[in-house]
Parts: sequence; structure tokens; C-alpha cells
Amino acid sequence: MSLLRVEGLRARYGQVEALSGVSFEVAEGEIVALLGSNGAGKTTTLRTVTGLQRARSGRVEFAGRDVTRLPAHRIVAAGLGHVPEGRRVFPALTVAENLLLGGYLRRRDRAAVAARRAEVYAMFPQLAERPGQPAGLLSGGEQQMLAIGRALMLRPRLLALDEPTMGLAPQTAQRVLRAVREIREQGTTVLIVEQNAHQTLRLADRAYVLETGRIVLSGPASELAEDDRVKAAYLGGDPAVDPAP
Amino acid sequence: MSDFVQYLVNGLTIGAFLALIALGYSMIYGVVRLINFAHGDVFMIGAFAGFGVLTTLGATGGMALPAVLAAVAAGALATGVLGAGVARAAYLPLLASPRLAMLIAAIGVSLALEEGVKVLTHARFKSYPNALDGGQVMSGAVRVTYGQLALVLLAVALMAGLWLFVTRTVTGTAMRALAMDRDAARLQGIDVERLVLATFFAGSLLAGAAGVMYGLYYTQISFGMGFLIGLRAFTAAVLGGIGNLPGTMAAGVCIGLVQSFSAGYVSSRWTDVIIFGLLIAVLALRPTGLFGERVVERA
Repeated sequence: MSLLRVEGLRARYGQVEALSGVSFEVAEGEIVALLGSNGAGKTTTLRTVTGLQRARSGRVEFAGRDVTRLPAHRIVAAGLGHVPEGRRVFPALTVAENLLLGGYLRRRDRAAVAARRAEVYAMFPQLAERPGQPAGLLSGGEQQMLAIGRALMLRPRLLALDEPTMGLAPQTAQRVLRAVREIREQGTTVLIVEQNAHQTLRLADRAYVLETGRIVLSGPASELAEDDRVKAAYLGGDPAVDPAP
Repeated sequence: MSDFVQYLVNGLTIGAFLALIALGYSMIYGVVRLINFAHGDVFMIGAFAGFGVLTTLGATGGMALPAVLAAVAAGALATGVLGAGVARAAYLPLLASPRLAMLIAAIGVSLALEEGVKVLTHARFKSYPNALDGGQVMSGAVRVTYGQLALVLLAVALMAGLWLFVTRTVTGTAMRALAMDRDAARLQGIDVERLVLATFFAGSLLAGAAGVMYGLYYTQISFGMGFLIGLRAFTAAVLGGIGNLPGTMAAGVCIGLVQSFSAGYVSSRWTDVIIFGLLIAVLALRPTGLFGERVVERA
């Protein structure tokens, strides 16, 4: 049974139709990738699924429940975490405060929030070294880890990640993707949006390719990695000219 | 010399009220990017609410401290509820609209509150009960009354309370986060609308408390009192860097001192010329405020 089912999702970005009927599914325990070039509608898809943006039509079902019209904060409460594009940590708040807010919905249970924070620190030791540092002063990689850690504070059933390796040095990007794998091993389902198709297809179980607001291809990640159309459009045929910096 | 000290004492007292009002402008601007033009009127209504409590209790003369505290608490609570109610009715529906819409709504609310009180009070000045008419801590060349001292201490306590709330509680931290990035706040499960209402409640509460304190200090209130005081407090918020709470508190006290010294050494007729001249100078030269913290603005 799918944990997340999206059917015929339509949404606008400003005056332009950004999604013209997007459908996909994510089963419990999977890593599913949503690939596509800039402007294909990847970010809009995530933002609409997690309630930051209103769907014009279509349906989003999460854990068997229709969440299409729910506001973002209630979708988070239902167990769908979202690490947004550009990380969006709270720059003037410290690392510890950012994580505290990740656990906002469980704020009455201080002990549980503190325990979960310790687990996040164990996963990202670099964060544990500087709990009092303002998040705005962290490096890009550390900010990404903080953004992921913040979303993990509530132990979401599904974690949606929007371009988590964007702008990161290759080594740091590798570390982030390793963390994503680890998160899945701990039982969280992952939906990852990426421009960097190479690495993502190695990580994901299945993938969908989005083009101008529509799903144009889908299948197991290993098959898509061999697909000529995907190679031509996103892989450039040669890993050395990987589109990610 | 004794003149100077006296102006200093008076300036600190006025500055304490102004800082309380200015904090509301700053907090509300922080979370919804609205210059709440109705904030001065909320302050005025606080003064009337406190007036109602004091006259009901029949508090006169002496240091009727319990009555004063009750009046401040009632005034603050009443305006807190009023501020949140107005925000619910007039501002929240416009949360996603262009900012100008909310600004125009705020001007409407301001006029409605002011004209409403004008009608209800028959446009008359009211004399505040002299509940503070106590003794003097210092007499002679420099006079400091117990009342003055009590008002300043109360204002400081309220500001310290706000500071602890904003920095030490999860809800306060969420408010700061909301001021930085609304979408990211929503993704943490924060109910933005509720938190915006809580911010209006807290900011209006401080303004209401300041209203009662103002009444006790100046002993005369009227429906129009919020306009000028509101603008002065707004100047303090700009001076302190709107959205920056410690800066706003400090700037509130500064404006109080400017007001007191300009009235003492120049003439009270020049006070507002000087204060608003300062506003224009700050806007032109240091638009982020004297204390330099840049308010994070997101497109």
C-alpha cells in the first residue's frame, strides 16, 4: 500500500501553470526520486504536497488520509516532514534552537524532545559540536544537516527532501546522501527531489522524471539510469559532466 | 545640575512607557511585516480600561498599590484580547494579500477605535484617579515620587518578562523563527495564524499596560491620546531597528529622554519637531536603526 499517493495534481506558480496533472506514489520504506531540470515543477510538487501551496485540483493522500486541503502545519503533524529548497534554517537562532523548533509539535514533552535531539546529534556529530552557534554562521553542508535534523525531530513517516545537495562540495554532498540512506535504514520513507540525476539514481529505488509539469517517465532507478532518454537529458552520458556543482 | 537630573528622571519614566509601546510595533512588524497604525489606539483603550477599574474600585490618594496593579493588569488583559480580536477580524484574512491591504486595514481600525471612544466618552478628557499620589523617594531639588519609581519598576519587569518569554520559551522561539521565515516555520508544524494572534496579544498587552501607566502619571486621558504617543513610540521602534527587541527597548528610553530634555531645555512645543526630525534623519541615514541589526526580509 502506498504511503503517499498523488493524483492529477495541478498547481500554479504565479500566473503560470506549473503542474498540469502530476501523479506518483511512494510506498512505505522506499526512496523515491523526482528528477527533472530547472523549472520542471519539482519544487512546486513538493510544496503543494506538503501544503505550502494550494493545489488547484487533484488529490494528495498520505497514510490513507486525504490531506489535499490541509494547512502545512497539520500535514507535518500527520507525519510528512519537508526539508525545503535552500535549507531555510532559522539564521539567527542557534543550532539547538532550530532543532527545538523541529520538535515544536511535541513541545509539551521536553524530555522526548531532548532525547530526540541527542539522536540527531549522534547522526550529525558536526552539529553536536556547536549547539550554541547561530545557524546562519554554519557552512552550507552543516546547514543542510541541520535542516534535515530539524525535520527528523518529529520522526516523520515520510521525509521529503528538496535538492539537499545543491551548492555543496562533492564530498559534502556524498555525506548528505549517505545520511539519507541511513535515514531510510532507520525506517523513514524518503522522497527526494534532485537535479543531480546520477547520484540520486544510485540512491533511489524508483524514480519519476518530471518535465514542464508532467511526469514523462517512471520506473526502477536502475532502469532509468540506463534509459537513453534519461542519459541524454540528465546524465549527459558522462559522469564527469555531472550537472551538480 | 539638579535640573539635569530631574529631566533625566522624568525622561526615564516617559521612556519606560514609550519602550513598552514601541515593543508592540516591533514584535508585530516582525511577524507580519505590518506597521500597526492602530497600536497607539490600543494604548489609548488600555488607559480607559484602567480608568474604569480604578474608578470602580474607588482608588484615590495614598499609595493604592494593589488597586494600581489591578488596573494595570486589567488594562493590559483587555487590550491583549482586543489586539488579538482585531487581528483575527481585520488582519488575518489579509495575511496572504499584498502588504498594503493590511496597512490600509490598520488605518481603518485606528480610526474606528478612536472615533468609537470619542463617541462613548463624549469627546471629553477624563481625570485619572490619583492612585499614585504617594510620598517622595527623594525630595528637594530633585523630586522622585514613589509612584514614578513603581511605574518604572513595573515597566522594567514587563520588559524582562517579555525578554524571557521570547528567548527562553518554545513559543517565544517560534515567534522569532516566524519573523525570520514564515514558510520554514509552517514546516515545523507551527500554526502561523495562532502564533500571529499570540504576538498581537502580547504586543497589545504591553501597550495597554503602558496606557494605564500613562494615565496614572499624567492624570489626564482622552480618545486622541494614542495618536502622538503612538507615533513617538513608532519612532522609537524605527530608531531601535524595527524587529530588534533590545534595540527597541533602548530606543524607547532614548526618545523619552529626548522628549524630557527638549521640553526642559528648549520648549515642549519643539519636542515633536525634534523627535520626528530624528525619525527622518534615521530613516535617511541608518534605515536599519541605530543598533545596526538588519531585519531579515524575504521576498
